[in-house]
Amino acid sequence: MAKLNGLALKDHIREYHIFTQRLVIAAVITGLLVVTLVARMVYLQLINQDHFATLSENNRVNILPIPPIRGLIYDRNGILLAQNLPSFSLELIPEHIDDFDWTIEELRKLIPLTDEDVARYHKYRRKKRRFEGVTLRYRLTDEEVSRIAVNQYRLPGVEIRAELARQYPLGKLAVHAVGYVSRINEDELRKLDASDYAGTSFIGKVGVEQYYEDILHGTVGYQQVETNAAGRILNVLERTLPVPGKNLYLNLDMQLQSVAKKAFGDNNGALVALDPNNGAVLAFVSVPSFDPNLFANGLDSKTYKQLRDSPDRPLFNRALRGQYPPGSTIKPFIGLAGLELGVVNPAKPLNCPGWYTLKNDPRRYRDWKKQGHGETDLTKAIVQSCDVYFYDLSLNLGIDRMHQFLSNFGLGQRTGIDLNGEAAGLLPSSEWKRRARGTVWYPGETLIAGIGQGFMLATPLQLASITATMGEYGRRFRPQLLYAIQDADEKNHQVLKPQSNTPVPVVRKSDWQTVIEAMQSVISSPRGTAHRLSYNLPFTAAGKTGTAQVFGIKQDEEYDEKEVSKKLRDHALFIVFAPVEAPRIAIAVIVENGGHGGSVAGPIARKVLDAYLLKATPP
Amino acid sequence: MSLSSQPEFADATRISAGRRILQRLHIDLPLLVGLLLLAAAGLFILYSAGDENLDLVIRQGLRLALAFAVMFVIAQLSPSTIQFWSPWLFGIGLLMLVAVLIGGEIGKGAQRWLDLGVLRFQPSEIMKLAVPMMLAWYLAEAPLPPNRVRIFIAAVILLIPTLLIAKQPDLGTALLIASASIFVLWLAGLGFRLIATVFTLFAAVTPVVWIYLLHDYQRRRVLTFLNPDIDPLGAGYHIRQSKIAIGSGGMYGKGWLNGTQSHLDFLPERSTDFIFAVFSEEFGFLGLLILLGLYLFVVWRGLYISAQAQDTFCRLLAGSITLTFFVYIFVNMGMVSGLLPVVGVPLPLLSYGGTSIVTLLAGFGILMSIQTHRKLIST
Repeated sequence: MAKLNGLALKDHIREYHIFTQRLVIAAVITGLLVVTLVARMVYLQLINQDHFATLSENNRVNILPIPPIRGLIYDRNGILLAQNLPSFSLELIPEHIDDFDWTIEELRKLIPLTDEDVARYHKYRRKKRRFEGVTLRYRLTDEEVSRIAVNQYRLPGVEIRAELARQYPLGKLAVHAVGYVSRINEDELRKLDASDYAGTSFIGKVGVEQYYEDILHGTVGYQQVETNAAGRILNVLERTLPVPGKNLYLNLDMQLQSVAKKAFGDNNGALVALDPNNGAVLAFVSVPSFDPNLFANGLDSKTYKQLRDSPDRPLFNRALRGQYPPGSTIKPFIGLAGLELGVVNPAKPLNCPGWYTLKNDPRRYRDWKKQGHGETDLTKAIVQSCDVYFYDLSLNLGIDRMHQFLSNFGLGQRTGIDLNGEAAGLLPSSEWKRRARGTVWYPGETLIAGIGQGFMLATPLQLASITATMGEYGRRFRPQLLYAIQDADEKNHQVLKPQSNTPVPVVRKSDWQTVIEAMQSVISSPRGTAHRLSYNLPFTAAGKTGTAQVFGIKQDEEYDEKEVSKKLRDHALFIVFAPVEAPRIAIAVIVENGGHGGSVAGPIARKVLDAYLLKATPP
Repeated sequence: MSLSSQPEFADATRISAGRRILQRLHIDLPLLVGLLLLAAAGLFILYSAGDENLDLVIRQGLRLALAFAVMFVIAQLSPSTIQFWSPWLFGIGLLMLVAVLIGGEIGKGAQRWLDLGVLRFQPSEIMKLAVPMMLAWYLAEAPLPPNRVRIFIAAVILLIPTLLIAKQPDLGTALLIASASIFVLWLAGLGFRLIATVFTLFAAVTPVVWIYLLHDYQRRRVLTFLNPDIDPLGAGYHIRQSKIAIGSGGMYGKGWLNGTQSHLDFLPERSTDFIFAVFSEEFGFLGLLILLGLYLFVVWRGLYISAQAQDTFCRLLAGSITLTFFVYIFVNMGMVSGLLPVVGVPLPLLSYGGTSIVTLLAGFGILMSIQTHRKLIST
């Protein structure tokens, strides 16, 4: 700026002219805008003053939300899992209540009201406008409704509201998959779209109800209503109908689910059945379970505490979040790793004396069979679940190659099922141990990992998923509960496509066949650990038993199932898919504290297999 | 500066004694009086809008005191100092915007605040002044009107912070910064043909974006924004209630503390963005004319200062600050009276809260500096 010559000076004057010209134009536009504003004010305040004064005088034109109807949930055969039934709740309209305490006192003479109800009322009251009803009690009985109705004339501001409430006709049966709705809490209220949930007091909390909340909820409608001085609606001026939520069809087969649940008897545990061809979740059982209607109705804190603190943990979703050592069920997969990586020659046997030692380590790693299996090749090692063979194999593989290979199956990662809160399990590696535990990986830990014990953890869902993958020679699908979405008018529906994952890169088909044939012999061979399943078996099946230690047994210590208290007994596991030629179902079962896999978990799986494969008409 | 050769500024000798004191304190009396009157009116109406909560008024009073103090401090700086620091301020502001964006990325969700331990503030506030300062600095470097290359670079200077802030997401501030920058370009003599071209381009691109690039829910959001009646439980309710408030005020208003709309809880956001509705309900059309008159007096003084300014930088900056001030007023009043869509823009000096008051008065500090340093350089 400082270096202005003659020419620039001329420019400067020109600049100044441009600027003043622009400033004048801006000032003129400003003036026009001011005139517009003033004109608007004249229109509002002078011309229409009477109109608005009346409106403000009787500011009783209210806008009321109309909540959408929540979508229904069905199983794959159209059996109803979640529906909406009419229910009555008691509302107070703050604008019309002069003496709150008096009203409450009068109401208490008619129906039971807890302090919790009153406290909740005050909490929600703050979030609403004065003329909006605030719920004081949900789910009035018919008797309570009539008692209030009779007295309503002397209780201004007290309203009975009919609404639709969620109900689960099958109760406990599929609660860990379907989930439940419950009252919207303060946290959720903050995150939700306030308009969209203006008339809704329930929201999906867990399971499918939560995962597909957006689809099930629908879109809120509203009506503009004129009310009289007492707040009663005189006239509906305008109405926009809500868009109901869409219906969901799940892949679950309730018949299968019920067979599976019954098969557990009094045992705790979980079962997941998948369709290996597309990842459809056919059965999803976690026992014990609980009645979702309790939550939908609003349960008191005592019942909730009971459920929460029960030693059997009914609220815990074992199928989705239970992380168990996979035990011997991992052996076929380790065997496949050995074949694929050329670490093992399937024809070359190894002598099993009943124990295994590492160099420079006096510790004996025992086989479950004390006297040993003798000469053992890969097939025999899988069929009879020889530990020593897999100690040797896993030592040759090394933990990191094992980690790498099993990752391909999806172990140690969430399967991505359409439910929130899934546990990822744990697939250890030396890098993981350095990071998580801050120590180096010991060779002994590799041996333990080779038989699915130690750090390794998997969920029943993951086990079912890797079993399906085995049956399909490495083809992988994301487990999917949702089968189809149906419009509320029940006309159109949209079937979901299977979601495939990266297949397991095993080059030779023969490697798969070797392992699958061995798994088939687990059931068909008289020496197989699950031979009892072969009785009257009308189809082919390939499986593997497993036992997960609940607590460590010291070296050279005997383990007597009868003497150990039930809580400390081993978990029984079983994985299976059938028919072998073209698998239609893959199952993983875990029975907590069930002892040995073949004798407890196997029969449960067999019942589910029969129920599914022998059904007269496939869906 | 070699601008002293201009004859129209050589009237320094005619200054009276009282004006000389103000000159030395670098205070522009008309501007100060206008701003103080507005601030006082703001506190008054806030007492009513905030349900006669004195604490609220005191808090706002302290905030105003701080803002006026900042204004005085900035008025002491000479325009050449301000000009010198402009690119630095812009650079620092830009760095902080990026820091906020990265920090927000980590903290999940929208984050506009930068936490410097003791001090917590929004870098986008700084940018409200820094971007027009930077543009005025850049455009004043070369003869005006700017050539194509300069216009292009100016557009980049404008767009980077605007987009960063829009991404936070704070659309209201982004639009204000963009308009402050466009005012600088406009005053610098941006060609009419270019302006027409840009407009045409916008008009051509909008339908394409609308049809092909926006998701259903985004379209719905824009529609609600343009026509609040679509969402009668949210934005539509606001506008309806504020129209009732304004309209029922009539010629003389319902009187201070007597507005039913606001005191009966019908009017949302009534001490912040919708305070103008409370004002109109209680003081009526006459009150509105007085308020608008005060605002226009401040705007007029700002335009006068920019017309009197001695160099290009000062002119462009003063003009932009003043016009942006008017945009605030127009957008807020237009939104509350249902002329414009609902954007979160406060009414300057009346709406409760915000660091925005400090920024606003800092801008007026710059105006005062430009006005009061004028004679000193020209003697």
